[in-house]
Amino acid sequence: MSLSELKLPHYREQSPAVAARFERIRRREVILSVRKLKKSFGKRGGTHTVFDNVSLDIHRREFICVVGASGCGKSTLARIVAGLDEASGGEILLDKKPVAGPGPDRGMVFQGYTLFPWLTVRNNVMFGLKMQGRGEITAQSEARQWLEMVGLGKFEHSYPHELSGGMKQRVAIARALANNPRILIMDEPFAALDAQTRCQMQSYLLQIWKKVDATILFITHDLDEAAYLSDRILVMGANPGRVIEFIENPVPRPRSDEQFLSPEFLALKKRLEEHIHPPAEIPEKLPMIKLTEAGDEVE
Amino acid sequence: MPHHDWLGLKNELPRHRKLTLLAMSFLAPLMLWCAISYIPGLWHPLVHVTSVGSVDYFVTDMDVPRATFDQEVAKARAAGEEAPQGYLVNPVYLPAPHKVVRAFYTAFKTPPRLQNEPWLHESLGHSIRTIFLGFVFSSLVGLPLGILCGSYRFFAKLQEPFIEFFRYLPAPAFGALCVAVLGIDDAPKIAIIFIGTFFQQVLVIANTVRKVDPALIEAAQTLGARGIRLVTRVIIPAAITDIYTDMRILLGWAWTYLIVAEVVGTMSGITLFINQQARYRNFDNVYAAIAMIGIIGLFTDIFLSWLGTVLFPWKRRARGGSSIFARLKKLTPKSPQPPAAAPELAQTVEPKPAELNVAQ
Repeated sequence: MSLSELKLPHYREQSPAVAARFERIRRREVILSVRKLKKSFGKRGGTHTVFDNVSLDIHRREFICVVGASGCGKSTLARIVAGLDEASGGEILLDKKPVAGPGPDRGMVFQGYTLFPWLTVRNNVMFGLKMQGRGEITAQSEARQWLEMVGLGKFEHSYPHELSGGMKQRVAIARALANNPRILIMDEPFAALDAQTRCQMQSYLLQIWKKVDATILFITHDLDEAAYLSDRILVMGANPGRVIEFIENPVPRPRSDEQFLSPEFLALKKRLEEHIHPPAEIPEKLPMIKLTEAGDEVE
Repeated sequence: MPHHDWLGLKNELPRHRKLTLLAMSFLAPLMLWCAISYIPGLWHPLVHVTSVGSVDYFVTDMDVPRATFDQEVAKARAAGEEAPQGYLVNPVYLPAPHKVVRAFYTAFKTPPRLQNEPWLHESLGHSIRTIFLGFVFSSLVGLPLGILCGSYRFFAKLQEPFIEFFRYLPAPAFGALCVAVLGIDDAPKIAIIFIGTFFQQVLVIANTVRKVDPALIEAAQTLGARGIRLVTRVIIPAAITDIYTDMRILLGWAWTYLIVAEVVGTMSGITLFINQQARYRNFDNVYAAIAMIGIIGLFTDIFLSWLGTVLFPWKRRARGGSSIFARLKKLTPKSPQPPAAAPELAQTVEPKPAELNVAQ
């Protein structure tokens, strides 16, 4: 039986608890507002549009996931919000003020582990604090707190190369959060990890998010990840990049692994699949080419 | 034991094979040298005359070509006169290994022939000082400039085209100019080493700095670093280990300019020593002095490599440690013939010049 034959609720149906939660979120202040954002590369003679007309509002303590087919510009979107790339049009408002250029108010966790290899784990976390002008002693104790939070208190004196991929990414999260950013941008942070570590990191992230006042913009290509983590999912299409749909995640919180098989989860997943992997045309029967002399016919 | 190909592409060789090859790399040329020196007749194109016999133009202790010697012997025999005697030797410019090994010691103990000539250790000290000063002056300017060029496009575009042009000008070409401006003592020598090092240094270091992972810079920017702090707190620490390696290589280049630099103005240092010993035909001392340059260079590099692991702990491997001393320690017990033992090997071979009594 395939996913399409299952009797599933509509992905927009929300249980009263979920609906109430979204109602509460909507009443919170808007932290980040993206208005009609456009990105294009100018080549001589013509322009290539990465995406156009992307708008979204992120409320305080909201967890937004952005999914989309490759080439839709979701990573570019994250980089523009972080100030690392420049937009070609539209604007980004943080706390209603336009932003330009990178700054500590928008923390970022990258896919590659961008820890500073010459600093110990603790000094990595202290980096932003010191840039903020925090004193050595306060920075140290704050860094230690953040490391405890991500469960790496014991490793404060280790160097990044001594840690596993998952641990490195936890340090990167601690380093970004230590700066107290208004929004945490995560650009496919777990894509380089193996499947098991990725699952662990996802539940870690939810635990951390529960404990701190963090607003998260999370870029991913993993639909399960998006459905598991998010409050709302921004689905982007490619060629040219654009917003296809902004979905409120019907899966109730707190989230757990068992929900991967719940009807709401599957309904959401099915909807995402339809967007990202539209049913392609399967070519007519292809001729079979025999490569061996084996007698039995393989079906 | 798994099967390994000696010539497998990209195959990691087992340790004992690596050691064998390491020993061979030193032993093979040494063996060739020993063979030419000790096996009679393999080369030995000259005859060292011990007794002149009836040949009037021969002098005791002179070297004559083998063919001439044989002719004279044949002539003397035919005339029924006393034949000259001698033994086969190599030319004076190819001393046997044991002589060179002995020269390592005796060169330091032999007082200079003239009062105002330096001892060997003084010559070496002088050379090291010239190198050191040239390299330090070059680094004082080249290092900051290289980092600026690597960090900011502005400085790269402003400086590099000229430096690219200037680096093709051979440093020795400035010899006469340096003497005219700086006199004949050490200053022009240091200047030659400076010119030879500086322009390469700026370009090499700028390139290394440019290779810093841009993601690290971006991460620092999202953490609030900006302006000059991006250079001092991110770019320099990120590049420092590679810069250090560059500096080690550049120091090696500086050594190659030494001999050229030391003939500028009044000849000095190890070059003066080598030239004088060659004039006195003490070729064993010449070889020893040349080898000493290599040995000083090698040990400086080993030391700097070890120092690197002390200075940059984050480059150390999680286990063991990649210091060359640690590696050498691991190597020695199983080494069949460590290169350090090679001179001893040469000494144990009793050198017997091929006695040749042609009279019989």
